[in-house]
Amino acid sequence: MIYNAPVKEIRFALNELAELTSVCSLPGYEDCSVELVDAILEEAAKFAEGVLAPINKQGDKGAKWQDGEVTAAPGFKEAWQQYVESGWVGLRAPAEFGGQGMPALVAIAAEEMWCSANLAFSLAPLLTLGAVEAIHHHASDALKAVYLPPMSSGAWTGTMNLTEPQAGSDLAQVRSRAVPQADGSYLVTGQKIFITWGEHDMAENIVHLVLARLPDAPAGVKGISLFIVPKFLVNADGSLGARNDVRCVSLEHKLGIHGSPTAVMSFGDNGGAVGYLVGEANKGLNYMFTMMNHARLGVGVEGMSVSERAYQKAVEYARDRVQSRAVGSPDPAGVPIIRHPDIRRMLLTIRAQVEAQRALAYFTAASLDRAARHPVTSEAARNQALVNFLIPIVKGWNTEQANELTSLAVQVHGGMGFIEETGVAQYYRDARITAIYEGTTGIQALDLIGRKTFSEGGATARSLLAEALATADKLAAAGFDSFAANLKSAAAEAERCVAFILSTFGEQPQLAAAGSVPFLKLMGIVLGGWQLGRGALIARERLGEDGADEDFLKAKMATARFFGEHLLPQASGLAAAIVSGADSVMELDEAWF
Amino acid sequence: MKVLVAVKRVVDYNVKVRVKADGTDVDVANVKMSMNPFDEIAVEEAVRLKEAGKASEIVVVSMGVKQCEETLRTALAMGADRALLVETDAELQPLAVAKLLKAVAEKEQPQLVIVGKQAIDDDANQTGQMTAALLGWPQGTFASKVDLAAETADITREIDGGLETVKLRLPALVTADLRLNEPRFIKLPNIMAAKKKPLDKTTPADLGVDVTPRLKTLKVAEPAKRSAGIKVANAAELVAKLKNEAKVL
Repeated sequence: MIYNAPVKEIRFALNELAELTSVCSLPGYEDCSVELVDAILEEAAKFAEGVLAPINKQGDKGAKWQDGEVTAAPGFKEAWQQYVESGWVGLRAPAEFGGQGMPALVAIAAEEMWCSANLAFSLAPLLTLGAVEAIHHHASDALKAVYLPPMSSGAWTGTMNLTEPQAGSDLAQVRSRAVPQADGSYLVTGQKIFITWGEHDMAENIVHLVLARLPDAPAGVKGISLFIVPKFLVNADGSLGARNDVRCVSLEHKLGIHGSPTAVMSFGDNGGAVGYLVGEANKGLNYMFTMMNHARLGVGVEGMSVSERAYQKAVEYARDRVQSRAVGSPDPAGVPIIRHPDIRRMLLTIRAQVEAQRALAYFTAASLDRAARHPVTSEAARNQALVNFLIPIVKGWNTEQANELTSLAVQVHGGMGFIEETGVAQYYRDARITAIYEGTTGIQALDLIGRKTFSEGGATARSLLAEALATADKLAAAGFDSFAANLKSAAAEAERCVAFILSTFGEQPQLAAAGSVPFLKLMGIVLGGWQLGRGALIARERLGEDGADEDFLKAKMATARFFGEHLLPQASGLAAAIVSGADSVMELDEAWF
Repeated sequence: MKVLVAVKRVVDYNVKVRVKADGTDVDVANVKMSMNPFDEIAVEEAVRLKEAGKASEIVVVSMGVKQCEETLRTALAMGADRALLVETDAELQPLAVAKLLKAVAEKEQPQLVIVGKQAIDDDANQTGQMTAALLGWPQGTFASKVDLAAETADITREIDGGLETVKLRLPALVTADLRLNEPRFIKLPNIMAAKKKPLDKTTPADLGVDVTPRLKTLKVAEPAKRSAGIKVANAAELVAKLKNEAKVL
């Protein structure tokens, strides 16, 4: 199953739309340059294409559990070794602990390639980096010194132990307990489920970050603390000591991402697993929230990346498969199905949305970097507001659409798509989780209408819509007539919905909540269209330059036009449901379901 | 021991090349360019020699346009110590490259020069041989194994009949074949480190070399399209067709 990293597309999104050079000029990123990033992209592409993509299909057979030990899918351990030796784990890990400290924008580009090549594998470094980030921001210097160097190199991996059977989206229900010991450590007991890469044989140690309650903790979300619980205890000299009292009880049988072992973890079956408090007591959930933006952006990129891979497979098949005469042609000879209008419509539907999603995700990553490092406080704050608003959209829209887009890729294959051997079905199955974990689409949408729209009086939403309208004006002036008109009316529909949410959320929040997911999708379409519009304007400008990459730039403009004529018009339908359809959501009596 | 490796920037092996509309050349505008794969093997071999303690310094050189710097950076990230770009926008044919390489070798005084056996763009397979001849050095071409001693090198060559081993007195020139090694994936920290390694520039004029092309390209054309196959009824018909139509028997 071949994967061709779309480096040209990635470069366009990085350099032109997310303005990499301005990110490189932020304090602390002086070492970063367009040339360096080019070199990183080339090598990441080689690694993704040459090492990760070839083991994706065998990864689908899954990891194996026996007596608490988990053997990673065939080839994964070797690939992890190579990934670690090549230094990729450290791409955005802090420099003082052995990482390269690259901007989120650069990391996200590499992460796209890992996810496209092998989503199940990509979760191991993703979770490890999430744990690194949490420890780096919140743990004591002593804990950082022990755990960050081996985790930044990938010698040890990390996990997030949040979910329990009764505590899924609602983490206030967490019951795991941690009891303080005389030596300052804690004994942790409890059961955690859905622990991605919770147990495996790829690394010599696994560092679990565990949410648990102290004996005197208040009930609810304000009584949850965060602990480091290593699989093997670490001696004073950094060597590995005794096996900790934490076991993988079983692996889940899932719909997809079989290469990623999803563990049921049991802590403290034999008296208690030794853990170490991260930061202050009862602040665990806050600490988790600090990583949430990056993690949710990462999952948004996952959704887009799997759609990209499915697109590549569908295009390859559509070029190759000869079936039926061309529509309206007198010549009875069969033609490659890529010439059939409906196949083209499906391929373009995937392509246009993947491009829009990539642009929006990279734009958000750049905002994340500016929010963290911009020397002007007001600019940093403006970017933080952008991040806060865009994250639920990137996470929710990219992953919801991944379900639809990978499904379209299966559809392009016809019956062959339903046959596992073809390979495209794996993308469809793998994509399914992305709209669920790290906060379901419903959770993202509530976050979007509540904290991100209503609480700030719609300020960021309206500033982004104003930018979209400004882009629409430029598009009109540049002759992109249909696109400009449709972007303008879609932005107006979005504005109507923002006003509806602002007027209802306070008094009748159920009305706003009923249309929250459609609103998230609507914002995805409008802001994705805005990014493609920006791209089309840049493409037009570049076309006039010497030695312009004509095919690439013309394809950008044609893809944007398709988005403008096929996706943007969906805005009015969504807006109608949001503004007028709320009552019917609540009307049906619960007993009638 | 100093090792000099020459690398060429070529159209990436994954790219389907297209001929320019006027038939004068291959269209390389906006096409992905990479290090010639055989040169990558040459660099890898030099790095392995250094890792084995047999080479002390690796100098990598490229001739051509400014963008060859990227190719040199790749070689530096693989493990070369410093780089030299002989910068020119002129068309470079193998003889010109060989003369430039000779000039660089005379300046750098390496004990070993390694180049790819050929570049995947023009497939000339001449630069290594010409360079050795101009330098008056022994050559080991199509190497699948390099066994380096203090004053000699045993080179296993891939020849039509199998393998041949030649002993060369150093300094010598080796051209790398496909099976010499498998180039490594570049480590991320080495990409960063490569940025800080020295990359010097010179020009053909500085080296006193006239690179004027000696050969003239008359026409560049795509290979003829393969026509569709046919089914034959039996072996006899196949043999007949091979004899009379394909004329290969």
